[in-house]
Amino acid sequence: MQLSRDELRTAYKRMCLIRHFEDAVHEEFSAGNIPGFVHLYAGEESSAVGVCAHLDDRDAIASTHRGHGHCIAKGCDPKGMMLEIFGKKDGLCGGKGGSMHIADLSKGMMGANGIVGGGPPLICGAALTAKYRKTGGVAIAFVGDGASNQGTTFESYNLAKVWDLPVIFVVEDNRYAESTASAWSVGGSQVGRANGFGMPGEEVDGHDFFAVWESARQAVERAREGGGPSLLHVKLYRYYGHFEGDASTYKAPGEVEQVKTQFDALDMFKQRVTETSLLGPDELEDIEREAREIITDCVASAASADAPANSDLLTDVYVDYKF
Amino acid sequence: MSEIRPIVMPKWGLAMAEGKVLEWQAGVGDVVSEGQEILDIETSKIVNSHESPVSGKIRRIVVDEGGTVPVGALLGVCAPETVSDAEIEDYVAEFLENFDWEAASEDSVAEPEFADTPVGRIRYLRQGNGEGAPIILVHGFGGDCMGWSFNQSELAEFRPAYAIDLPGHGGSEKNVGDGTVSYLARSLSAFLDAVGIRRAHLVGHSLGGAVSAALELESPGTAESISLIAPAGLGEDINIDFIDGFISQRRMRKLRAVLEMLVADSSLITDTMVEDVNKFKRLEGSAEALAALRNGAFSECRQQFRFEERLGAISAPVQVIWGRQDRILPVAHAESLPDGIRRLVLEDVGHMPHMESAGEVNDAILSFVR
Amino acid sequence: MPTKSFRDALNEGLRQEMERDDRVIIMGEDIAGGMGAPGEDDAWGGPLGVTKGLMPQFGRERVLDTPISESAFIGCAAGAAVTGLRPVAELMFVDFMGVCFDQIFNQAAKFRYMFGGKATTPLVIRTMYGAGFRAASQHSQCLYPLFTHIPGLKVVLPSNPYEAKGLLIQAIRDDDPVMFFEHKVLYDDEADVPDEIYTIPFGEANVTREGDDATVIAFGRMVNLANEAADKLGAAGITVTVVDPRTTSPLDKETILETASETGRVVVVDEAHPRCNLATDISALICENCFDDMKAPIKQITGPHAPVPFSPSLEDLYIPKVEAIEAAVRELVGKGH
Repeated sequence: MQLSRDELRTAYKRMCLIRHFEDAVHEEFSAGNIPGFVHLYAGEESSAVGVCAHLDDRDAIASTHRGHGHCIAKGCDPKGMMLEIFGKKDGLCGGKGGSMHIADLSKGMMGANGIVGGGPPLICGAALTAKYRKTGGVAIAFVGDGASNQGTTFESYNLAKVWDLPVIFVVEDNRYAESTASAWSVGGSQVGRANGFGMPGEEVDGHDFFAVWESARQAVERAREGGGPSLLHVKLYRYYGHFEGDASTYKAPGEVEQVKTQFDALDMFKQRVTETSLLGPDELEDIEREAREIITDCVASAASADAPANSDLLTDVYVDYKF
Repeated sequence: MSEIRPIVMPKWGLAMAEGKVLEWQAGVGDVVSEGQEILDIETSKIVNSHESPVSGKIRRIVVDEGGTVPVGALLGVCAPETVSDAEIEDYVAEFLENFDWEAASEDSVAEPEFADTPVGRIRYLRQGNGEGAPIILVHGFGGDCMGWSFNQSELAEFRPAYAIDLPGHGGSEKNVGDGTVSYLARSLSAFLDAVGIRRAHLVGHSLGGAVSAALELESPGTAESISLIAPAGLGEDINIDFIDGFISQRRMRKLRAVLEMLVADSSLITDTMVEDVNKFKRLEGSAEALAALRNGAFSECRQQFRFEERLGAISAPVQVIWGRQDRILPVAHAESLPDGIRRLVLEDVGHMPHMESAGEVNDAILSFVR
Repeated sequence: MPTKSFRDALNEGLRQEMERDDRVIIMGEDIAGGMGAPGEDDAWGGPLGVTKGLMPQFGRERVLDTPISESAFIGCAAGAAVTGLRPVAELMFVDFMGVCFDQIFNQAAKFRYMFGGKATTPLVIRTMYGAGFRAASQHSQCLYPLFTHIPGLKVVLPSNPYEAKGLLIQAIRDDDPVMFFEHKVLYDDEADVPDEIYTIPFGEANVTREGDDATVIAFGRMVNLANEAADKLGAAGITVTVVDPRTTSPLDKETILETASETGRVVVVDEAHPRCNLATDISALICENCFDDMKAPIKQITGPHAPVPFSPSLEDLYIPKVEAIEAAVRELVGKGH
């Protein structure tokens, strides 16, 4: 399968948006402009964008605490996201959710999730809805290597299999669950686990957009056609710490720099498309600049936006409730 | 032995299986006459006084105050002085021995039936198999076919008696159209067509009275006779606080206060009656139906359907029965009716004469039927 | 009005809502039963037969037997709810919520708030609770106080078959997540239940008895005990108001405070353990709002601060009794004239 030029441009723009978004959040957080804590996705762009390139509004994704990339890849508005992360009234969730709870159900984005392993059961529900309504929709659960060890995740593998749900579990293995290495914490293999539940599983180089795109294409197609659930073990790397402020002392010295120079997702994408003359360097530069400008504008808007009203404290708890 | 007359637990309404003796108003040795109120009985639905079915001296009370027994069970015995105590003892013993307690308890909890009509499903209770034009009992705002417990069985001894649920009420279709009396009258007509009744003795209470009259006005010749009990439609006034309270109040104490407006003696309103009103209001569509009737039949807090000017156009005999203490529709509406309309005003009775003074109301209805 | 058991009233409510709205699906362990097994289909109809007959009528697409995986299927139900279905999930015993609490209180309960009001989660979780079945410590708890504590959830405790049907239909139509608690001792209780569809609004207490001497506020199965105590006391000339709040969230504070003030003597009956339960909650509510109307201290009748025991003699000691309610009322009536 070949990607069209338009598809390539869209993919690259999304990857750039994610990278700049996360770099901007990193800077703003360091400057003390963002409350709470944030978990950044920089370095992992190929996975979110490569998977979500196959999705449309019928399809749902459940994300993780490291969810900004998934949001952008699924079509959430970056400005609404940035306002949300700044805790502002016009944020995507009215400032009530923050970084870990960004959602846009109208886009099939069922939420980042503060609970590790919280997403897979929920995405089985989205898949059940799609299956029951025969929309042809599929549902993606992004989980980290940490969540891959949660019982909820295993239960969801089993439920998706026995109910034959159109789910794809995308295990984003960025080598570390907080500070603990997946090389140590994961017994057996991700693909072996999938096979143990009777699902196809595949290991994918998560730095390589094109590898992710192709594996996801097959999995999504299978699910759409009623072929049931499957799993992708996407091996990638996060540039920042587990959370902002994490000194990442558990990483080997020079490790981050090595990945950045040899396996950077954006660089690899650029190299591939220019080598094959699919997109030109100027075109790529334009896209990147455009993305940078959008994010700069997002930050400016977020910094000056209004906080929620005090009265918002008690709204949206219920649809209808007699206090 | 034939001089010994039993007083048994009456059957008030088809759902009544048993009753509780609350208070004897007459004691052993008292001479009572037929029709005299001799004891208060409580059923799961209602508290009311029981009129003595016989005249004579009370010789024995079999069920004391507080006792609960099935319908038909012996409550007391009347007999002249000439009958000896031993004979009374034998009579009571024999009655008790022959009384089938089990069958009595399980006795005929009658099931309502349903008729499919162009205005939707209509629920009704049918009793009696006699010949001749049947009696049709039409309840008022918020009522249903179960509200004729003191009347239907008595009337059914002479004619088939149908008690219906108007649209929006009981088990009938909840759509009440524009909520007007005309709509309900057309529904009543549709019901009669569905069950194959061409002519009937119409008995309507309150809003059901207006509906009965409207039916005859729109389809002259349907009524053999019309008995209107505290009917709507004969004046402008309506106690809208009752209507609004009936619709809005849910808490037992508050709803009871509303329902107490219906009767002269507030002790007639039992907890079960109050709860039954709440249960009715919770049925899907009931709230909308009541609101539609409120806005249709009683918009601007006034009766919107009036027929006092057109009474003369009705050729069937018409009578109007009213309680002097009616707090819902004023008894004054019964005045200044044209000649030829029979009028019965009952003292110490509120808006529910057929319940509060059932015997007199039944007699009045039957005087038209027989 | 036809007589139906608590079980049949629930079954009828589910069936009528499934007939009315094809978004309503039900799921749970053995909810039909016999899935994949060589014997009968619809073998169980739920562990206590509440959902019997629904699978043959609506098919396996809408009546979903689940693996024993509460986290997965309760979370799945939440996910299905937020994407447009109206699932009714059965969590067999509320005691099992220990393995799926996250899906209920971190996910379903918070979607709407966390997502800035843009999510609706019309999820019902039906669950069995309560002591009296000789089912011991892990199958007998009340636990509704835990759910009542959590903003975003509604908590319903039907006390009889009539209430069960009307409240269940209301729960299914409600757009918020609802925890629906069924006391396992009530399933065979019978009462008049209309064949028609009806609903009972949440947050509206049922005043089942009205009296002047004391107010008994009771929850779930305890309402029946309170009614019995009130009737016995009534025969002795002590008249008692009994309040069944029906839902602990939302809570009909108005009726509770009004009836408490009317009599000035309050007994709260709650089968749950005594700390941080509904009895303490109601007591605090009354003390804070109508202390001046109280003629005597509030009495709380609850289970003890101990797990529910297995041995019948011990379990019987555990469960609050009619006699205890009567005694509490008599004690209060003796005070504060």
